[in-house]
Amino acid sequence: MGVLEVKGLSLNLDGKSILNRLNIDFWEGHVHAVVGPNGAGKSTLASTIMGLSGYRDFEGDIIFKGESIKELDVNERAKRRITLAWQEPARFEGLTIRDFIRSSAKDKSVDNIKNTLEEVGLDGDEYLMRAVDKTLSGGERKKVELASILAMEPEVAILDEPDSGIDIESIERIFEAVKVLKSKGTTVIMITHSLAVLNQAEHAFLMCNGTIVDKGVTDKIRNYFEDKCIPCPHKNIPRAAETGGRA
Amino acid sequence: MSADLTTINDLYEKINSDPHELDDPNVAHLVIDHNKVLGQHLVPGLHMEVDELEDGIKAVMRLDDNTVLEKQVHLCFGMYPEKGVQRIVMDVTIGKNARISLLSHCVFPYAIDVQHIMHGQIRIGENSEYSYFERHVHSPKGGVKVYPNAKIEIGKGATFKTEFELIRGRVGLIDIDYEATCHAESILEMNTRISGKADDVIKVKEIGHLVGEHAKGVLTSKIAVRESARAEVYNELTASAAYARGHVDCSEIVQDNGIVSAIPIVKVEHPKAHITHEAAIGSVDNKQLETLMSRGLSEDDAVELIISGLLSRKKK
Ligand SMILES: Nc1ncnc2c1ncn2[C@@H]1O[C@H](COP(=O)(O)OP(=O)(O)O)[C@@H](O)[C@H]1O
Ligand SMILES: [Mg+2]
Repeated sequence: MGVLEVKGLSLNLDGKSILNRLNIDFWEGHVHAVVGPNGAGKSTLASTIMGLSGYRDFEGDIIFKGESIKELDVNERAKRRITLAWQEPARFEGLTIRDFIRSSAKDKSVDNIKNTLEEVGLDGDEYLMRAVDKTLSGGERKKVELASILAMEPEVAILDEPDSGIDIESIERIFEAVKVLKSKGTTVIMITHSLAVLNQAEHAFLMCNGTIVDKGVTDKIRNYFEDKCIPCPHKNIPRAAETGGRA
Repeated sequence: MSADLTTINDLYEKINSDPHELDDPNVAHLVIDHNKVLGQHLVPGLHMEVDELEDGIKAVMRLDDNTVLEKQVHLCFGMYPEKGVQRIVMDVTIGKNARISLLSHCVFPYAIDVQHIMHGQIRIGENSEYSYFERHVHSPKGGVKVYPNAKIEIGKGATFKTEFELIRGRVGLIDIDYEATCHAESILEMNTRISGKADDVIKVKEIGHLVGEHAKGVLTSKIAVRESARAEVYNELTASAAYARGHVDCSEIVQDNGIVSAIPIVKVEHPKAHITHEAAIGSVDNKQLETLMSRGLSEDDAVELIISGLLSRKKK
């Protein structure tokens, strides 16, 4: 049994079915990847697990450590130490990186805030007092987002497209940061359509058209994703999750 | 001033400043409690005549031509009693090629019904620079009514900058009314950052007339209201000379039952002048809110943090 389980999740947005009887479960302390083409519903799944507004009305259940978290507000889920790094993180006028990271940090010391910045490849002294606003590049903003997740020391971290906007040179730093999360026992869920990110995972799920169509070890899912999924016109969806098991 | 030293120290503690700053002979200061001068110190080139009025003071300040004051001048206007009126009349004349920066603290920590009326007449000479930072400390009860108003004449090539900020306590009523006339190549910058709650009322009226060629003006207001607080922001910028440039920027955040309005008036009376305005009014952005909540902050704490950022001074 996983630490976090999604059971029979169906969700409509604007009258359109986006998630369809989706089942997925994540193992405690492991690094997972949810892969699938654009529009598969990956970010929607992340938003639903986090409980964001607009994603609260669905069928099915979300179980964390054996208890339903379906009725909990975003911050109540976060108090259970579930968090989300956004695909396109919000900008905050005038809010310093220091205060932004400190607001989530378990250890609120400036030294620790600087350390987490270093862990994502940003110079602590240089960035500490900059604002989390539009003066940061997309990649810098993503790194700050990840730093705030590291500082939070969560139980479950959902990272939505952790590599998007990140330059090639920095990508290894992001992967190092994921390892830091794992070393602290965090269950990591990376959402991606990138093979490089997929390769960092221990378990992978293939998502297509609002449901999980396959799961298993990373190699297996990679082959499927490379060969079949991208051109998949969603006509012959493999029968959900019957194929393959866990690694 | 030794007899009143404890009061001054007390005032300075209220505003988190070091009272020893006032011991520095290069730091000019004027400390007023209600209508009494508690302390005054001048530096070469700066002249000040202070008359005590029945309900306040009248200060005539003059800075000589070519006088550049490196150290900020400290003004402190306090009112310790719970009730009363304090009227400050300031008549300021800055000579040519001079520079002065004033830090004005207005401290009404125990106010239940206190009115603070500031009446300013400011003339800034050619190529001079005048910065005025006004920081308020109010009582947590909201019993303060402040009416800062000023008429400012900004000479050719001169710069006028003002910042109004409430650093502690509740607004009560703030009713700002500033009007500046900007001559050729001058620069006007007005910044207001105020956060209100309960039944606070915030009124901001800032007017700039860019009458000289190449004059520049920026009016910025960042206002947040919560609970039943109200805010009215009126920003007017007119340009009547070639190459005058202006921008009006108004952000207002409204939560709970707060009510805000923003009236930007931009008027261009010369084909080669240019003014822009930008206004954003609404509740706290939901994505910002949910980002912070997804890190474990309560909704209230998240709103607080977002507003504190919005109202924070720009780091230079
Ligand atoms: N608020 C919405 N209303 C209607 N459709 C939406 C909304 N948000 C997303 N969608 C649609 O849901 C599908 C899945 O989107 P998303 O979860 O962002 O996909 P992914 O992250 O896998 O690229 C897309 O077809 C998208 O257009
Ligand atoms: Mg997405």
